Amino acid sequence: MTTDPDSLVNPAVQALERGRRREAAGRVLLPLLVVGVLLLGWEALVRVNGIPHYILPAPSLVVQTLVKNWGNLAPSLWFTVKLTLMALGAAVVGGVLIAMAFALSKWVEIALFPIAVVLQVTPIVAIAPLILIYVDSTASALLICAWIVAFFPILSNTVIGLKSADSNLRDLYQLYGATPWQCFRWLLVPSALPYFLGGLKIAGGLSLIGAVVAEFTAGAAGRDTGLASRILESSFRTEIPMMFAALLLVSLLGIVIFIAFAALAKLLLGHWHESELRREL
Amino acid sequence: MQSTEPSPAPLVMLERVSKRFANGPLALQEMSLTIGAHDFVSFLGPSGCGKSTALRLIAGLTAPSAGALRWPSAPMTEAKGTNRDLGFVFQEPTLMPWATVFDNVWLPLRLAGVARDAANGTVREALAMVGLTKFASVYPRELSGGMKMRVSIARALVTHPRLLLMDEPFAALDEMTRTKLNNDLLSIWREHRFTVIFVTHSVYESVYLSNRIIVMAPRPGRVIDEIRIDEPYPRHTSDFHVSSRYNDHVKRVQRALHGTMIGVAVDH
Repeated sequence: MTTDPDSLVNPAVQALERGRRREAAGRVLLPLLVVGVLLLGWEALVRVNGIPHYILPAPSLVVQTLVKNWGNLAPSLWFTVKLTLMALGAAVVGGVLIAMAFALSKWVEIALFPIAVVLQVTPIVAIAPLILIYVDSTASALLICAWIVAFFPILSNTVIGLKSADSNLRDLYQLYGATPWQCFRWLLVPSALPYFLGGLKIAGGLSLIGAVVAEFTAGAAGRDTGLASRILESSFRTEIPMMFAALLLVSLLGIVIFIAFAALAKLLLGHWHESELRREL
Repeated sequence: MQSTEPSPAPLVMLERVSKRFANGPLALQEMSLTIGAHDFVSFLGPSGCGKSTALRLIAGLTAPSAGALRWPSAPMTEAKGTNRDLGFVFQEPTLMPWATVFDNVWLPLRLAGVARDAANGTVREALAMVGLTKFASVYPRELSGGMKMRVSIARALVTHPRLLLMDEPFAALDEMTRTKLNNDLLSIWREHRFTVIFVTHSVYESVYLSNRIIVMAPRPGRVIDEIRIDEPYPRHTSDFHVSSRYNDHVKRVQRALHGTMIGVAVDH
């Protein structure tokens, strides 16, 4: 345990430190505890009532199935990870570029924003079959579907962010004769960053949803397919534990993506932005 | 002791300058004013009297609808927005929250293409001027309101401008912080001999700080009076602010200001 001189001499600081540590531990332990209790309850429910595994498998059986079928599930997981990350990458590039075009020209925004909205509000399950027909490669079609779902939050958040720069600071940059590039790099980008990262957190989850939904719609089978295909296959064969195992992997992937972007936001904004600052007591 | 006689060489001249915003009322009507080098001029008046508009016009942040601004001594505002001979302090500190105090003060030099290392001495000098030497690597959120305002002043002074424009800079600060900043501003001004245009709605502040007070009235925004405060500097050591002369000046300015309030709803 490390102690700085302050905490040795000042009981109030010591208490504060203790409180802070307790809170940090609570933030991790409490959700884990809730999940643990739920899983135990589930396990007990299945065992006590003797529910057959083809109706509801116990968590222990799901984990066993996952381990046993890892050789089969791992390539699917990798496929879904790749699809999700590629869609997200494309959403970031596309969303940011379009947002910059919108920020540069009001008329570009007026002309193109409705199209972006149409893409966003039309359910992807409804467009996916068309995309699968028009696009030859299934992989590309899946990527396009996942991209459509993921790019909108990046676009709309980045547009708001680029517009959110303090107007007095804009005046100040103008006063000192800043070039458009200087203004963009040193004022607009930092101002937009918190909004962009907020969009990224949402888009991270959405790109996974897009990847899974698109694959469901495609109904692809065979070797080069993702977790959604594993879930579909097992459902046809009524291998319920296998469905849960694949589902578990999808959830874990979503959680990892969320934690990664939350950590990124903390890293980039932690020293200055309200959203990431711990309020002083 | 420094003379308060107006300097003969004018720095900026406003010639019947008017400003009307799109579809708006006349924000400023035919303002004519000559500001000498080393003047400390206050624009005083109620809300809507055009004092901030006049300041933005002088800064080149907005263009006059009619009339002209002249800079007799040097072409300070040649092209729109290429003005490093001018410092601007806003009502809010207007700091970049993602940048340290040093980087905030460095900004005007950075925009002029001065690298961090080359700017180091000048930036630290400006920070020393406002008493923030130790806070160079701190982020704005860690500073009090008064200290943030000091950073803002350091940033405005880092280019050694000949003209410092201040738009109600201390209005949001508490009384004690404001008094301290007023005194510090006066001593920096006396040492570095730049010109200050100070927008305020406080009679006391304007009398204490300036050698000229431009009294303005709203609807339409216009100048109605100019009052000279011919009192020597430094003013904080001479008990000026508790003297009867100070009270006389205040009364005089209040009377002039009262004229601006006739026919205006009392809303502040």
